[in-house]
Amino acid sequence: MKAAPFEYARAASLEEACELLRRHGDGAKLLAGGQSLVPMMAMRLVRPAWLIDISEIAALKFVSLEKDAARIGACARQCVVERNDVLASRVPLLRQALSWVGHAQTRSRGTIGGSLAHADPCAELPLVAQVLGARMLLRSAKGTRTLEADKFFSGPMATHARSDECLEEIQWPAWSWRRTGSAFTEISVRHGDFAMVSAAAQIAIDGDGRCVRAAFGLGGAGGTPLAFPRIAARLVGTRLDDAVVKDAAHAAAIETEPGSDLHASAEYRRHLAGVLAARALREARERARSVQ
Amino acid sequence: MSETLHAISVEVNGKPRSAQVPARLSLVDWLREELLLTGTHIGCEHGICGACSVMLDGEPVRSCLMYAVQADGHRVTTVEGLARTDGSLSVLQDSFCETHGLQCGYCTPGMLIAAQALLNANPSPSEAQIRDAIGGNLCRCTGYQQIVEAVQLAAERIAKEGK
Repeated sequence: MKAAPFEYARAASLEEACELLRRHGDGAKLLAGGQSLVPMMAMRLVRPAWLIDISEIAALKFVSLEKDAARIGACARQCVVERNDVLASRVPLLRQALSWVGHAQTRSRGTIGGSLAHADPCAELPLVAQVLGARMLLRSAKGTRTLEADKFFSGPMATHARSDECLEEIQWPAWSWRRTGSAFTEISVRHGDFAMVSAAAQIAIDGDGRCVRAAFGLGGAGGTPLAFPRIAARLVGTRLDDAVVKDAAHAAAIETEPGSDLHASAEYRRHLAGVLAARALREARERARSVQ
Repeated sequence: MSETLHAISVEVNGKPRSAQVPARLSLVDWLREELLLTGTHIGCEHGICGACSVMLDGEPVRSCLMYAVQADGHRVTTVEGLARTDGSLSVLQDSFCETHGLQCGYCTPGMLIAAQALLNANPSPSEAQIRDAIGGNLCRCTGYQQIVEAVQLAAERIAKEGK
């Protein structure tokens, strides 16, 4: 046995999970898919006194499509979300990003909410949340509140969720423009590894090919996933020529503050940020243009 | 200090098994050390190598990234559960022999689980789909080529059997 000893409780309902969190507070960790938490516990980087297992709570596993958003329960498995064709047509970035998340064996356990709550700045789903402006519904014994992605992530492996709160659902905005395209790309040592840098983009164009809305962001290039709404706003009204796209990507790369490690220097990561942002924007543009 | 024990009931390779386990006991340690199902291998123990892959309710998972207590009420299939009921090799296992899809054998149980889960969901996968399905399993001997061939051969054989 590699993890330090802990007490375990399998919560039967969200209310029970919130009550356990209220009682055990800072000493407790929520266990969803466990694909990040369990290895961290094996290495004793995390030693919770209590592990509250929320992965069997049926009410946290839904996928619900509404007019302008997809609502996904925090404990919906990544493999289930990945296979949902209707969801892929409404919020295509989710499936595009999930194809880069770990491997089949981790996506079958890993959850959407777990990845967001873990808040690894190199992880794919937090980047999608940041780019689309996803909303996180948090619940505690005291009630609920909603945080937008840019108010949710606070730093590497850290969020503004309180220790008595449980992520309940994530609302992913669905764009209504018919000619919308999106793309996700990244560079990692091997496919399925954590990204050195990742980029996500979504573009909507009108019948004349002019950009009506753009959003893009970068992962692995700072303490949280980064979105660039001001730079993206400058793309609106343009025809998204390669030069315009390159300028926007370059402007975003300059704003990044990546770290250095064994795998890549900060300088190389910033270079990748510019290259990948441009690549994601061009791919998203081509997909938007190809809509009949 | 004495640790709290949790009662679990798990269907392992079709048989109901019960136990009292400490919460921090991983599923793979329970399978190997208490049920003596040593076909499932332990490699990295933190979710990188794929050697410990088993099926949980038919989906491939890493048994080092789950506690045994989490398997309570679920169905686990290990590599021992892949063989035919008379003990002879499954089509996939025999295909691994046929194409020499293993050398040292350490990764093989995990490869078989990953590949069988793929074939169960998609009986005629493309080469890219096969490579994606075994992408979470490290092999340090074969260079993967014969493993891909084994899965292709198994898919062909299963298609012929079905006719």
